[in-house]
Amino acid sequence: MGFAVTDGFDLGAAILFPLVAKNETERRIVLNAIGPFWEGNQVWIILGAGAIFAAWPYVYAVAFSGFYLLMLLLLLTMGISRPVSFKYRDKLPSLYWRRFWDRIVFIGGIFPAVIIGILVGNVLLGAPFHFDDTLRIYYTGSFWDLFQPFAWWCGLTSLVMLVMHGGLYLAIKTEHPIRSRAIFWSRWAAFALIICFAVGGVWIAFIMGYSIVGTVDPFAYSNPLHKEVTTMIGGWLENYSRYPLSMMIPALGLLGACSVVIIAHYSRCAFICSSLSMIGVIGTVGVSMFPFILPSTDDLQSSLLVWDASSGRFTLLLMLFAVIVFLPIILLYTSWVYYALRGKVHDQY
Amino acid sequence: MLPASDVIALSRLQFGLTALYHFLFVPLTLGLSTLLGIMETVYFISKRPIWCEMTKYWGLLFGINVAMGVATGVTLEFQFGTNWSYYSHYVGDVFGTPLAIEGLMAFFLEATFIGIFFFGWDRLSKGAHLIVTWMLAAGASFSALWILVANGWMQNPLGAHFNYHTMRMELHDFYSVLFNEVAQAKFVHTISAGYVTGSMFILSVSAYFLLCGRNLAFAKRSIVVAAAFGLASALCVVVLGDESGYLAGLNQKMKIAAIEGMWDTEPAPAGLTVIGFPDQNEHVTRYTIKIPYLLGLIATRSIHQPVYGIFDLVDQARDRIKSGMQAYGALDQLIKNPNNKRAATVLDANQANIGYGFLLQRFTNDVTGATEKQIQDAAWYTVPDVFTLFWTFRVMVGCGFYFIVLFTVAYYLAVRRRISTNRWFLWIALFSLPLPWLAAEMGWIVAEYGRQPWVVDGLLPTFMGASSLAVSDVWISLSGFILFYTALAVVEIYLMVKYIRLGPDQYARH
Repeated sequence: MGFAVTDGFDLGAAILFPLVAKNETERRIVLNAIGPFWEGNQVWIILGAGAIFAAWPYVYAVAFSGFYLLMLLLLLTMGISRPVSFKYRDKLPSLYWRRFWDRIVFIGGIFPAVIIGILVGNVLLGAPFHFDDTLRIYYTGSFWDLFQPFAWWCGLTSLVMLVMHGGLYLAIKTEHPIRSRAIFWSRWAAFALIICFAVGGVWIAFIMGYSIVGTVDPFAYSNPLHKEVTTMIGGWLENYSRYPLSMMIPALGLLGACSVVIIAHYSRCAFICSSLSMIGVIGTVGVSMFPFILPSTDDLQSSLLVWDASSGRFTLLLMLFAVIVFLPIILLYTSWVYYALRGKVHDQY
Repeated sequence: MLPASDVIALSRLQFGLTALYHFLFVPLTLGLSTLLGIMETVYFISKRPIWCEMTKYWGLLFGINVAMGVATGVTLEFQFGTNWSYYSHYVGDVFGTPLAIEGLMAFFLEATFIGIFFFGWDRLSKGAHLIVTWMLAAGASFSALWILVANGWMQNPLGAHFNYHTMRMELHDFYSVLFNEVAQAKFVHTISAGYVTGSMFILSVSAYFLLCGRNLAFAKRSIVVAAAFGLASALCVVVLGDESGYLAGLNQKMKIAAIEGMWDTEPAPAGLTVIGFPDQNEHVTRYTIKIPYLLGLIATRSIHQPVYGIFDLVDQARDRIKSGMQAYGALDQLIKNPNNKRAATVLDANQANIGYGFLLQRFTNDVTGATEKQIQDAAWYTVPDVFTLFWTFRVMVGCGFYFIVLFTVAYYLAVRRRISTNRWFLWIALFSLPLPWLAAEMGWIVAEYGRQPWVVDGLLPTFMGASSLAVSDVWISLSGFILFYTALAVVEIYLMVKYIRLGPDQYARH
C-alpha cells in the first residue's frame, strides 16, 4: 500500500512523461519534480519484497521462482534501468543521449505498472505449483500462460490507476501548460479506472475462486499441506456476502476515482481521493482473496494461506516490533524531506 | 528430487557474477559517503568554500557510482526468491528478518536523503545539509551491517533450530544472530575495506590532477583527507581481517585449512605457508615456503592448540555424515507420521548434523543405506577448492599490506608538503587505483566460495537450495544480466572518466 501511494505517483508520472512534456525544458521540469523522491519511494517495493520474505517465506519462494521470467523483466525495467535512467540522463548534454534515457524513463514506468498488474491477475487466477513432502516447490506452468485475458485486464487496471495518480502529482508540482495536460490525462485515466475496475468486478464472478473446507487453526505450524481447499466459480465474491461491511473497500475504490473525475482541478484534494481510490482497489484484491495469498491450480492443498505460509511466531513478533519502531521514524524524516523541497518546480531550479 | 545439476551450476554462476558485480560499487559507496561527511564537516567548521566545492565534486562522482550500487543490489534480493527458492523457504524465517530490517533502517534512510543531498544545496541551511550528508553515510553503513548480519548467519548459523513440522530452520534467539561474532568481525572488516577504497579513489584521482598540474589546492587538500583516513582504515582492515581469521579458526576450520593449503594437521603451533601450489587431486601442496608458528598464533591465539588439516577434518565430516544419516532417516519417518516419538528423539539427538545427511543426496538416492564409499565421497565433498582459496587469500592480504605502505608514504609526503613534486609517487598512486577493488573481490571469493559446498554452513548444501527451474529460463536470465550489466559498465566508466577529466574546475561550467 505504501508502495502504491508513493511510488505510484512517480511511476505514473514517468508514464505520462512523453505525453505531458513536449520540449526539453518541460521534460526537465517533470523529471525534477520526481527526481528527489522516486528513490525513497522505490524502497517501498524493495521493503515489500523483504517483508514478504521475512513474513511469508513460502509466498516469496513460490512467486519469485514460479513467475521467473516476468520477475526478471520487472527487475530489469524497474530495479535496474529506472534508477540508472534518472541518474544518468542529465549527465551529458547530447540530444541523442537524453532522448535515449527519456525512452528508458518511460519504459521504466510503464513496464512495472503493467507487470505488477499482471502478477496480481495471476495471483487471483491461481498459479500451477505444488509442494513435495520436503516442501520443495515445483512450478508446472509456462511463461506464456501468465498472459491470460484476465491478467492483461488487471495489468490495464494497474496502468490507468497509476497514470491517474501520477498525473495529479504532476498537477500539484508544476504549472501551466504541463499542469493542464497532466490534469487532462489524469481525469481520463480515472474514468478508465472506473470502467476497468467495474468490469473486473463482474469478470471475477466468472472465474474460479477458492475457499477452505472446515477450519484452519491460525496458530498451528506453518505447513501448507495440512488443510483442504475447494473451488467454486465466483468464489472470490464469497467474503462480501459473508461480511457485508467489506463492501466498503471496493466502494472506496470506485468513489475515489469518481471524485477524481469531478474535482481533478483541485489537485491536492484530488490527490488524496486518488490515494484513497488506490487503497480501495488494492484492498479489494486482499479482501476478496482472504485468507488466501497464492492459490494453486495444480494441487489445491498446496495453496498458500495467510496463516500457513507464514514465518514462525517469534519472527513475526520481531518484525512487528521493528515496524513499530522504524515506521514512525521513516515517516518523520520523509515528511521533513517533502517539506524541505515543497513548492512548484520551475525551469530555473 | 534435486534440481538438475545444470540449473544449480548456472544459478550459482549467475549469483556469483551478479554479486561480484554489485560488490564493485558497494565499497566505493561506503567509503565515499563517509569521506563526504568528513569534508562537509570541515566546510561547516572552517566555512572555506573550497571544502564545499570538494564535497560537491566528490559527491557528483559518488552519485554516478551509487546509482549502480542500488540497481545491482536489488538483483541479489530477487535472486533469493527466483533461483534459490528452497533456500528462501528453508531459512526465510531467520534470513528474511535482517533483510527486512535493512530495508526499514537503511534503505529508507539512504534513498530518502540521497535526493535531497543533490537537490538541497540551495534550499537547506549549512547545518541541515551536513546532517543530510551524515544520514546518507549512516544509511550506507546500516545497510552493510544488516546484510552482513544475514551473511554472518550463513557462515555461522546460531540462534535457530530445525522444525520438522515445517521443514525449515526457525529463529528462536535473535540476540545471537545479531551479535554473532562472525557478523561483527565481517562488518568492521568490510566497512573499513570500503573506507580504503574510497580513500584510494580520492588519492588516485587527486594524483591525476596534480600530474596534470590542475586543481592544485583542491587536490592537495583531498589527498590529506584521503591519506589520513586511508591509513587508519588500512590498518583496521588488516587487524580486523586477523580477527576474522581467528573466528574462522573457531567456526569454519575447513575454510582455514583450505586457505592454508594444509592437508595434514601440524603439531602446535602451526606454521604459516606464504607460497605454495596446492593440488586438489593428489592432496598435497607443493613448493611451500613457511613461516614457523605464525598460523597457530593467528588461528588459535595460543601455542598449544593444533590447527586441523584437511585429512583430519574430512574424518570429522565422515562422523558427522553418519550422524546426519540417522537424522535423515528419522526425518523421513516423521514426514510420514509426525507423531512418531522415537523418530523425534533420534532427530533431536542428531539435529546438528542433518545438513551432512542432506549432503549425501548428491551421491545416492538411498541416504540411510549409503555405502562407505559414498560416505567417503561426501566427506571429501566438504573440501572447498583449495588452490583458488589459497591464492585469492594471498592476493587480498598482499594488497592489504601494500595499502598500509602506500598510505603511510602518502601521509608523510602530504604533511611535509612535498607530494605535488614527487611525480614518481603520484604515478604509483594513480596506478594503484584498481587494487582495492581487486582485494575486495578476492575477499568475497574467500568468504563465499570458501563456504562451499554449503549455502548455510553445515546446515544446507548449496545444491539443495536451488529452485527447480527450467535450464532455458536460467540461460535467458543469465544472458540478460550479462548483456545489461556490460552495457551499464560501459556507460558508468565512460561517465566517470568524463567527469574526472573535466575536474572540479570545469564541471561547474559544463
